[in-house]
Amino acid sequence: MTLFLEQMLNGVQFGVMLFLLAAGLTLVFGIMGVINLAHGSLYMIGAYAGTWIAGETGSFLLGILGAFAAAALAGVAIEYLVVRRLYGRDHLDQVLATFGLILIFNQTITLIFGRQPLFVSVPAILDGSIEIVPGLEYPLYRLTIIVVGLLVAAGLYLLINKTRIGMLVRAGSTNRDMVRALGVDIRLLYTLVFGLGALLAGLAGFMAGPIMAVQVGMGEQILITTFVVVVVGGVGSIRGAFFASLFLGVVDTGLRAYLPGLLRHVLAGSEADALGAGISSMGIYLIMAIVLLIRPKGLFMPNS
Amino acid sequence: MTPQTEHSSRRLLPALAVLALLIALPYLAQATGYTAMTTLATRVLIYGIAAASLNLVLGYGGMVSFGHAAFFGIGGYTVGILYQHYTLGEPLFGFIPGTNQLLITLPAAIVVSGLFAAAIGALSLRTGGVQFIMITLAFAQMLFFLFVSLKTYGGDDGLIIRRANELPGLNMRDKQTVYYVCLAIAVLFALVLSRIIRSRFGNVLSGIRQSEKRMAAIGLPVNSYKLVAFIISGMGCGLAGALMANFLRFASPDMLHWTKSGELMVMVILGGVGTLFGPFLGAAVFIVLESLLSSWTENWQLGLGVILLFVVLYTQGGVQALLGRLRRRA
Amino acid sequence: MKPILLSIALASLLGTTAVAADAVKIGMITTLTGPAGYLGQDIRDGFKLAMDMDGGKLGGTPIELVVEDDGLKPGQGKQIAERMLGEEGIKLFTGIVFSNVAGATVPDIVDNDAIYVSPNAAPSNLAGKECNENYFVVSWQNDSLHESAGQNATNLGYKKAFLLAPNYQAGKDALTGFKRYFKGEIVGEIYTKLDQTDFAAELAQVRAAKPDVVFQFHPGGLGITFLRQYEQAGLTKEIPMVVAEPSMDGVILQSVGKAALGLNVSSHWNHDFDNPANKAFVEAWEKAYNRPLTSYAEQGYEAALAYGAALKATGGSIEDLAAFRDAMRKADFQSTRGKFAFGKNQHPIQNWYALKVVEGADGKMDLKTVGELFKDHTDPYAADCKL
Repeated sequence: MTLFLEQMLNGVQFGVMLFLLAAGLTLVFGIMGVINLAHGSLYMIGAYAGTWIAGETGSFLLGILGAFAAAALAGVAIEYLVVRRLYGRDHLDQVLATFGLILIFNQTITLIFGRQPLFVSVPAILDGSIEIVPGLEYPLYRLTIIVVGLLVAAGLYLLINKTRIGMLVRAGSTNRDMVRALGVDIRLLYTLVFGLGALLAGLAGFMAGPIMAVQVGMGEQILITTFVVVVVGGVGSIRGAFFASLFLGVVDTGLRAYLPGLLRHVLAGSEADALGAGISSMGIYLIMAIVLLIRPKGLFMPNS
Repeated sequence: MTPQTEHSSRRLLPALAVLALLIALPYLAQATGYTAMTTLATRVLIYGIAAASLNLVLGYGGMVSFGHAAFFGIGGYTVGILYQHYTLGEPLFGFIPGTNQLLITLPAAIVVSGLFAAAIGALSLRTGGVQFIMITLAFAQMLFFLFVSLKTYGGDDGLIIRRANELPGLNMRDKQTVYYVCLAIAVLFALVLSRIIRSRFGNVLSGIRQSEKRMAAIGLPVNSYKLVAFIISGMGCGLAGALMANFLRFASPDMLHWTKSGELMVMVILGGVGTLFGPFLGAAVFIVLESLLSSWTENWQLGLGVILLFVVLYTQGGVQALLGRLRRRA
Repeated sequence: MKPILLSIALASLLGTTAVAADAVKIGMITTLTGPAGYLGQDIRDGFKLAMDMDGGKLGGTPIELVVEDDGLKPGQGKQIAERMLGEEGIKLFTGIVFSNVAGATVPDIVDNDAIYVSPNAAPSNLAGKECNENYFVVSWQNDSLHESAGQNATNLGYKKAFLLAPNYQAGKDALTGFKRYFKGEIVGEIYTKLDQTDFAAELAQVRAAKPDVVFQFHPGGLGITFLRQYEQAGLTKEIPMVVAEPSMDGVILQSVGKAALGLNVSSHWNHDFDNPANKAFVEAWEKAYNRPLTSYAEQGYEAALAYGAALKATGGSIEDLAAFRDAMRKADFQSTRGKFAFGKNQHPIQNWYALKVVEGADGKMDLKTVGELFKDHTDPYAADCKL
């Protein structure tokens, strides 16, 4: 039972990380209609900047600030220099341009930081693990990630539902032209939204630093999964992205944890393991395909 | 974005000139000492076939598929798997004998990838827009992981095809011969494709891209048209994959990865969406740039990225359109 | 179409650089971009180091090293080989990091009467029946890595092992290799994903299975991620681990720091080997490069030494390929491993050692050689090779 609980927590933690990335992506996708393949690069930039600063200064807090600043700056720069010219264009142009950006960012990072992965330790205060229920020790740092993720989700909920900017964002995601017609400075709104998405991606990147390898290409590894979250949750919906992140995080973890074991009841050990690993890799894509066939607008969107 | 449906001698002449150049290319390569130009051009032709196939759904049909590498890979693996069973001497599934004959493996690859395209297309076409992009990606990723876990066929390490498929009367170990075979197939393929595009079918397909509702209102079975286009496109990619497996003498899951789908898409956009020769041009520019820049500097990705960005921001409609404008200005 | 031809011509022009007339060219096709870029970088720099120590020469012959990035794409690797063979007339090759690039590229090289010396990957499909007289390996056959880890676990007296490796061929081979020499019981086996970033689900299963020892194969960035999460889950203190060298190279060690303390590693080489050749190598590396020394660098260095020895024997001539091969086979160089010879299939016959991660005098983690695992170890595929 404690093992099951631990696995569920692992799933939630993975889901929360996905959410931080998916939130920005779904807004940019939904409101501006831009497919931003370079979103993963913002995650990488946050990870590199934060990890490097934390390593140089020895301060985790300065690292967070650095990650925020670098990712947001890069985000605003991308929006201002490239994406802004692509709003009216075809999706295909956006794909090509942001693909180009991925190459540029990956190589620039290699030139600045070299080819070896960077490393930052978990800050002493968050090191170690605590006993949540008797018999279940859970790493404090992972718990922190869950808490931070939930706080961000709550903050975004308030921002979207209780503020004027949020109102415009909501309006923008359902009817872009309407917002324009209202005489709102849509360009500024776009830049802000893009910057916010970049900020969250940078945060995710920095938090990933102590538990993963900070390396070139880390953004592309998680980019496709993030897109899956966005589509399953419904494009443009923060709420959808939140639930889809947790859902897919838990499902992915659950499949990896339990599928090979289940298969071992019907197949020989090594075959079960190989098949289980194969199916659990496909798991989220299978779910996305099924969701799109049944509810093309996404799992958590009202089907109008 | 308008398909070039016009067909005049003004268009025919440059095409013939290009063809003549392509035929002469191996001799030029020999004469100048740049012998690798032949294999580079072979790669360009193969990717050109794949990109032109993708362009049929992407440019003419308006269906943005992010999973065409799946068909490319299936074509390649068809050749690889048939070859493996040929060398082992044991039939596939117990009854399909393996083979190393190009005249059998190529059609087999086309049929198999067509079947997969039919299944994937039938399901995917129930969605549209962004959802279509993602669902095609989903199917391709599932196939990718399937081939990664197929230990019998090399898994992630890929399948080595020790000898390229045989074609009666030709020495397929000779690079020039392989080039000419690919050139002949590419030319045939381009001819078939241009016929398709200029046919009633092609016109309806373009009509569907512009307004699906209007075409449905006329009473046309829109979805069947789209599905047929998707299948043809998948078959073309399968053909390219089979040629690539023969050229590389190697098939690996790398051929089905989503980045390969992305590259094919980049080639189409780079050359010019919805044009017959655009994708070939795009494939040429992409492959040559990659090869040129990486032999020049370790930081080739930076250069490639900047060039792609430039093409999007400052050319409307890719290299083909850029050339057109330069020609008009000259 | 004209611009294409122009750029092709340009491509070829740029690919050809002017050389000193009598220099022998060596083509290095390696992976320099992406997460695995540091592996190729170390192989390249190790090779270069050997040249620099010999004044730009190997075995007295001036060398021009032509390096190109394969981007971890099999097709790209093959294309590069094609150009180097055809246009630049290169006859000596090395550098490939990954088995799948090797699979696409090596057959082409060896079929065209050129020599390939592998500084890293040596997949089983090129070691047995398909072995080739033009194909040499100075690193190790892939299986040996994990066989040594299995032997290490057996020697350390562990009875119950839990195995983890990515779900791809090299991962599956790793588990097979381990089992070949591990005498105890396997209590659990997990295949992870190649692009996995979170191992929490797997680690929970490891904890629940209560093994004596964990064997895992996660090279490069994957290994860093795995080890950090292993430590954060509190498992480092509970369950000891054995790994083979790709899962604990100098870069990973620096990156994970204390999380690696006590780890058991098996390797064909370590920086603390007490022989003059190794001392010279380590010293030169530290002087030339301000970054950790990895086994990849050592393998690149050995590849250069192997070429150097052959060139010296033939007086710098590669005209007579058969003579050059004969010279290669003798492996007449001072190896940093102390003892090195090519076996029947031209893969190494060498000793394997047990290493342990300890805390050095300066507080930094260090890999220390603690014992010998195999003497003159060869691979199981050599028997199938008809050379």
